[in-house]
Amino acid sequence: MMELRDICREYKVGTELVRALDHVDLTIKAGEYVSIMGPSGSGKSTLLNMLGLLDRPTAGTYRLEGEDVSSLDDDALARHRQQQIGFIFQFFHLVPRLTALENVELPLVLAGAAPKARRERAVSILESMGLKTRLDHRPDQLSGGERQRVAIGRAIVMRPRFLLADEPTGNLDSRSGSEIMQIIEQLNRDGIALLIVTHDPMIGGRARRHLTLRDGKIVSDRSGEGA
Amino acid sequence: MRALDVTRLSLQALQRYPMRTSMLLLAISIGVAAVVTLTAVGEGARRYVTGQFASLGTHMIIVLPGRAETGGSGIQGLLVGETARELTLEDTLAVGRSPRIKQVTPIVVGAGTVSAGSRERDISVIGTSAHMLAIQHWTMGSGQFLPPAELDLAQPICVLGNTVARELFAPAPAVGQPLRIGAARCRVIGVLAQQGLSGGFNVDETVIVPIASAQQLFNTSGVFRILAEASEADAVQAAKRDIVATIKARHAGEEDVTVITQDALVATFDTIFEMITAGLAAIAAISLVVAGVLIMNVMLVAVSQRTAEIGLLKAIGARQRQIIGLFLTEAACLSLLGALVGLAIGGLGTWALKLAFPVLDFAAPPWAAAAAVGVAVASGLLFGILPARRAAALDPVNALSQR
Repeated sequence: MMELRDICREYKVGTELVRALDHVDLTIKAGEYVSIMGPSGSGKSTLLNMLGLLDRPTAGTYRLEGEDVSSLDDDALARHRQQQIGFIFQFFHLVPRLTALENVELPLVLAGAAPKARRERAVSILESMGLKTRLDHRPDQLSGGERQRVAIGRAIVMRPRFLLADEPTGNLDSRSGSEIMQIIEQLNRDGIALLIVTHDPMIGGRARRHLTLRDGKIVSDRSGEGA
Repeated sequence: MRALDVTRLSLQALQRYPMRTSMLLLAISIGVAAVVTLTAVGEGARRYVTGQFASLGTHMIIVLPGRAETGGSGIQGLLVGETARELTLEDTLAVGRSPRIKQVTPIVVGAGTVSAGSRERDISVIGTSAHMLAIQHWTMGSGQFLPPAELDLAQPICVLGNTVARELFAPAPAVGQPLRIGAARCRVIGVLAQQGLSGGFNVDETVIVPIASAQQLFNTSGVFRILAEASEADAVQAAKRDIVATIKARHAGEEDVTVITQDALVATFDTIFEMITAGLAAIAAISLVVAGVLIMNVMLVAVSQRTAEIGLLKAIGARQRQIIGLFLTEAACLSLLGALVGLAIGGLGTWALKLAFPVLDFAAPPWAAAAAVGVAVASGLLFGILPARRAAALDPVNALSQR
C-alpha cells in the first residue's frame, strides 16, 4: 500500500517557487490499476516519481507498505525501489551496449543474484513476452515495441508489488502500444498494482481508477468503467 | 554485486566507445613504455659501467699517491709545505710482502710514439710487471707476456695490444719484430688477445713494457699506481689496512696514499646509476600523471554522456557505492590494460635499443616495470574518483529526463 499524506513538492525555477505537488493526499492499494492524467505541468510525472521514491517530498509523509519513507537516505530508497517498484519509461531507457537478456538481468546483477538463477528467470520472462528469438539482440536491433517489452521484463524481474509506467506507449505506434497495454494489464490481473501516467484518454480510460491533476492538486479521483 | 559482474559491465562500457578507449589506452601505454624504456637505458648504462669495473677483478686494490681527503693535502697541505710523497718500486715490494696480498704490480703510464718500419702511432705506454697479466685477467693472443724479473731491471722488450699490433705489423706477425718507442728500441715478445675496454681503458691500443724501461722512457723514479690483488675476497679490507700501515711506516708516519678497493668503486658507481635510473623513471612517471588527468576528463565526459543510464541504474536500485564502483572499475581496467600494452611497447623499445647498441645490456629493472603499472593504475583510480562521485550524486529524476 502507498499512502501520501499532505505531500508537497516545491522547485525553485530561477527566483520563482514552483509548487509541483500541492498538499496531495492519496492511497494506492495493492493490485490497483490507476491512471494519472492532466495537462502538461500539472505535476503528474512528479507524483509518479514521488510514489516511485525517485523524488522526495518537501513536506508531508509517505508511507510505503506501512513504513515511513519520507526521510530515508539515498541508499535506503534505492533498496526499496529495487525490492518493491518497477519502472517503465516512455523512452525505454535500455542500456544500449547490453543484450535484451542482459538488460533484463541487470536488476538481479545489481542485487548480486547468482548468474545461473538470474539468467533462468530473465529468459523465462522474455519468453513469456514472445522475445525468445531476441535474447541476444541489442536494443538498436529491436523494434520499439520489442524494446518496451524488454523494459517491462526488466521492471518485473525483481517481482515488485508496484509497476509505475510514465507514458509507456508515448513513443510507440498504436499497434505496439496496445500490445504493451495488454501485457501490463495482464501483469495487473496477476496481482501487481499498476500506475500509468498518460495524456492519452484512450489509454487512461482503460484503468479502473482515474486521477486527474491540475496545478499540483488532485482535482478528480473516480473509479469505474475501464478494463 | 559480484566482482565479476562489475568487471564485465566496465569492460562492456569500454568496448562501447572504441575510439575513446583506444586513445586513453595510448596515453597510458606511452607513459608506461617511457618508464620501461628510460629505466632500461639507465640500467644498461649501470650494467656497462659496473661491468667495466668488475672486469678488473673484485679482489683488486688500487693504491694512489697522495691523500684524497680534505685536510691532508690540497690548499692546506700546500701552505704547510706538505706534498704527496711519490710511490716507489720499493713501496711496491713492501706492500707485496703482506700475507693477505696475493700479488702486486706497479704501473707507470705515459704517452709515446711507437713506430715500426714506416708505420707510426701515438698511443699509451704502460710500464708494469709480469703480475699485471693475472691481476687484470688479460689473455695472450700470441707470444708471451713480460717475464718475471726484478722490478728495477730495464729490458728492451714489449707486449702489444691487439689493435696496435695489427696496425703496425699486419699482415705480418708482430712477435719477434723490432719496435721503436720514442728513442728507445725494443723487441715485441707478445701480443694480447682482444680485450676491449677494461676499467674504461682501451688495452687494445697500448704498448706494455717493463716498469723500469717505462721509468727510463718517462724519466721518472716514481710509480703512477700500485695494483694489488688480495688473497681472497674476505681479505680485501684487511689487505687495505696492511697497505696503509706499510706505506705509513715507510713514509715517516704520514698516511699519504689513497687506497681504493674494487668493490667500493663498483658500489659507488652502482649507486650513482641507480639514482640516475630512478630519476629517469620519475620523469617518465609524470607522463602517467598526465594520462591520469586525461582519464579524469574523459570519464567526466562519459558521465554526462551516460547520465540517462546512471539514472536508470538508480531507478532499478543501484546504490551510490555500486555506481562509484562501476566507474572506478572502468578507470582501473582502462589503466591496467594501458599499462600492459605499455609494458609490451616498452619491451619492444628495449629490444630495439639492444639491436641498435649491442654493447649495452639494456633491461628495465623489474621494480621499474612494477612501479610503472602501479602508478598507472593508481593515477587512473585517483583521477577516476571525481567523475565516479559525480555520477553517484546525480539526481535520478533529472538523470532519467535525459535521453
